[in-house]
Amino acid sequence: MRRPSWVPEGTDLDKPNAARVYDYYLGGSHNFEVDREMARKALALWPELPQIMRSNRAFLRRAVTFLAEQGVTRFLDIGSGIPTFGAVHEIARAIRPEAKVVYVDRDPVAVAHSRLLLEGDPASSVVQADLRDVDDLMARPEVTELLAEGEPVAVLLVAVAHFVSDDEDPCKLIGVIRDALRPGSALVLSHASLEGRPDQAEDHQKLYRMTPTPLTMRTHEQITAMFAGFDLVEPGVVYLPQWRPDQPESVGEHPERMTGVAGVGFRP
Amino acid sequence: MSGTPVRGDAERFHEEWARLLSADHGIAVHPDLLNRLVARTAALLHRAQGDTPFEPRLATQAGAELVDAHFTDPVLLARAVELLQAQRLADDRGPALTGAFAAGWAAALRERTLREQEAIRTAADAARKEAERALRASEARFRALFESAAIGIGIGDTDGNIMAVNKALQELFGAGPADMIGRRVGDLVHPEDTPGVWEAYEELISGKRDYFQFDKPYYRQDGEVVWTHLTVSLIRDDDGAPQYQVAMLEDVTDRYRLQERLRHQATHDPLTGLPNRAAFFERLETLFEDPEPGARFGLCYVDLDGFKVVNDSLGHDMGDQLLSAVAARLKAALTPLGHLVARLGGDEFVVLLEQCRGEQEAVAAAKTVLRALDGPVLIGDHKLAVGASVGVLERRVSTTTPGAAVRAADLTLYRAKEAGRGRWTLFDPKENARAVSRYAVSVRMPAALDRGEFFIDYQPLYRLADGRLAAVEALVRWRHPQLGVLGPDEFVTTAEETGLIMPLGRWVLEQACGQAADWIKRFGDAAPQLNVNLAVRQARNAGLVGDLGRILDGSGLDPARLQLEITESTVVGPEDEALRTLHGLVDLGVSLAVDDFGTGWSNLAYLRDLPVSGLKIAGSFVGDLHEPGKDESTGWRIVSGLVSMAHTLGLNVTAEGVETARDAERLRTIGCDWAQGWHFGRPVRPAEIARRIVEEPKGRPIEG
Repeated sequence: MRRPSWVPEGTDLDKPNAARVYDYYLGGSHNFEVDREMARKALALWPELPQIMRSNRAFLRRAVTFLAEQGVTRFLDIGSGIPTFGAVHEIARAIRPEAKVVYVDRDPVAVAHSRLLLEGDPASSVVQADLRDVDDLMARPEVTELLAEGEPVAVLLVAVAHFVSDDEDPCKLIGVIRDALRPGSALVLSHASLEGRPDQAEDHQKLYRMTPTPLTMRTHEQITAMFAGFDLVEPGVVYLPQWRPDQPESVGEHPERMTGVAGVGFRP
Repeated sequence: MSGTPVRGDAERFHEEWARLLSADHGIAVHPDLLNRLVARTAALLHRAQGDTPFEPRLATQAGAELVDAHFTDPVLLARAVELLQAQRLADDRGPALTGAFAAGWAAALRERTLREQEAIRTAADAARKEAERALRASEARFRALFESAAIGIGIGDTDGNIMAVNKALQELFGAGPADMIGRRVGDLVHPEDTPGVWEAYEELISGKRDYFQFDKPYYRQDGEVVWTHLTVSLIRDDDGAPQYQVAMLEDVTDRYRLQERLRHQATHDPLTGLPNRAAFFERLETLFEDPEPGARFGLCYVDLDGFKVVNDSLGHDMGDQLLSAVAARLKAALTPLGHLVARLGGDEFVVLLEQCRGEQEAVAAAKTVLRALDGPVLIGDHKLAVGASVGVLERRVSTTTPGAAVRAADLTLYRAKEAGRGRWTLFDPKENARAVSRYAVSVRMPAALDRGEFFIDYQPLYRLADGRLAAVEALVRWRHPQLGVLGPDEFVTTAEETGLIMPLGRWVLEQACGQAADWIKRFGDAAPQLNVNLAVRQARNAGLVGDLGRILDGSGLDPARLQLEITESTVVGPEDEALRTLHGLVDLGVSLAVDDFGTGWSNLAYLRDLPVSGLKIAGSFVGDLHEPGKDESTGWRIVSGLVSMAHTLGLNVTAEGVETARDAERLRTIGCDWAQGWHFGRPVRPAEIARRIVEEPKGRPIEG
């Protein structure tokens, strides 16, 4: 049973946090020694992690740009973490200056950071909620307002669904979100895959199992299944660099080394 | 002097600069932004290289802009320095330019790092403050919940020390926190505590159970008693070790008092304050639930003489006052003797002797009743003489039922009335049967069979050697509309006298044979033999053999599974016509047994000539073994003698009236074959017999 929401969760700065570790990989300083310690261990195991994170960030940038170009002006970024650079509202507003973004994260520090960053921005807001308690998330006033009558909404689950265990059933959670979306809305999803670097996958998951946010890497097929009820846009669910690259050559020779796969789908 | 590089070099530098920035972090940046950054920084560096005088700050700015665009990877700095140093410049500003660039990059990174650390610290602070605020709010909510809960809540440690109590609990106990905190839970005992409550408490604090619920009384600070519905839960720490106990108490005193009052009202007569009819029967039935072997009880059924006259002539109010006065006198006289006085209704009272030592004691009680009512009762100006008649019944608990006992006492009372009032009369079974028949049986009996007022119970007979169910005896019952359920001893004599025994006997055989056949169909060999009593008049009827043949055919019952029980008086001599009928029955394949052996004529010579295969020793032989004043060892020697005599004749012996495990075991040692009696089960509905067949495939232990 989950704790009733009126019993607060504490902040635990003694444990590494996925959002701050991610920031460290990306060369940011929004992190503490515990985060860096964890990140260094991961890097020792898997030196390509910064590239992978950058590749993921680049996918986010291309996907948001693509959707903004398609006319999407509302974004729900679930698991937004600490936007070290290139936050969704910045990317979207380059094309759609009126773009509205609701950032959602379960980590109170990430949420507080986003609030500081977005102070005085009336078109964006930050919500502390947990994807795993999707009913609570979808019932937040900021979220219901974004999803209310009017424009379609792009829901971003970028590098976040792999923090949801099989027991917590990510497909079911995504299904709840999908059912609340009007036609023309989109799902942007990237996810650590088991196939890209099968040699690294187990050790990496083992390392994350020691953190409050264990990692569940999944197969291409399982990840594609998360798009049930969405029409995938070309090129479907592919390795991060393969998704609509800026230039054909920026895919690189080994896109599978970026291990993450990603896709964008529209709700028909 | 100008530092402008050679033209071709500048173009190559721009290309390589663009390639450097678009790799790694560059892929995360939008191409347009990246192109602008490349153009701007390349231009700055170009000016730094070519402008005169040399402006190092241009290179510094280029380095800073890279960091601002989040090009923070030291690898990038190394590559950039390499690129800049590879440029061939016209003068020697190269190292200074590269140094300024690197310093700009580093200074900006330092600034950025400090800014970001500051930002994340601020965010962490904000988050912690928010969490603390939420925690305080939550604590306040829980405190409010604890303090203002309508239910009393107390928290104690596992040593039983009370640590905290809320307002409701203080009010419940009429005590302040200082009176309660530090006290020990174990001190809160009350004499009326439900058995088991403290055992449950011990189990809880030792971690063997997680909660318990009881209704429990407590003493308030002022000495009053408060009744509570108590729930105690155990709080464990993260490792599961018991840490606290939380007790929640709801004041149910009003509910409890109401229940007590309702119970008193339900069980007491409002006029006299005596226990009422319901309470009396409840007490009486309790006596029959699990009686000690040989337990006796007594009843005095009291009816005022001439009460109707008082009521009719002086009015109901006066009548009521008289009844109250009588009740008070009876209570005063009999309660000290340990007897229960109850009012059954109208002017009928009853005295119950729960542990009676014999007839004399019951008679003494009846005399006490009469003596108590001896003197006149003064009501207002009236001096009323009251008399009463008393019916006295004194029996062994095991020989009767509550309903039959009260009915018998009532009928005995009528005999006292008939005999001329103001006296007591002692129960007499023969008189009783006569009275039953006279008052209610004979008139109604012929119609009763048609109306389906008869039914059959079955009493089990067990094989002593292995404890298996051997047979069941069919016992006819009459659900009399006015008298309640009557046993065979209360109406069979009348049935014989009126001739109704013939159709009734046939009906019993049909029903019982059908039932026995059904058990055999369902349970095969595990089904018991069927024993049916045969009245003298039936045995003397020539048509019986034909009737029984038809009944066996109709029911499909194997004749070998049927045994008919006859009494010693069925056959009175070697020329008796009944003898032919009995032989006819045996020819059908049915077996015969002599019932109630030892109570009648007991002509052993004839026993030898009868075509019987079984003998049932009358219940009085075993039942009376423990009678006070009787020599038990002589009793056993008689029983033992009867058994060996029967065995000599090749008869299967059943002991009736077996009430204790000890007697059953003794009978088994003596060699008695079967036994019947309360120890093995009273007469029960057929479904209960079926249950026993199923649940006792291996028999039941003889020694209880």
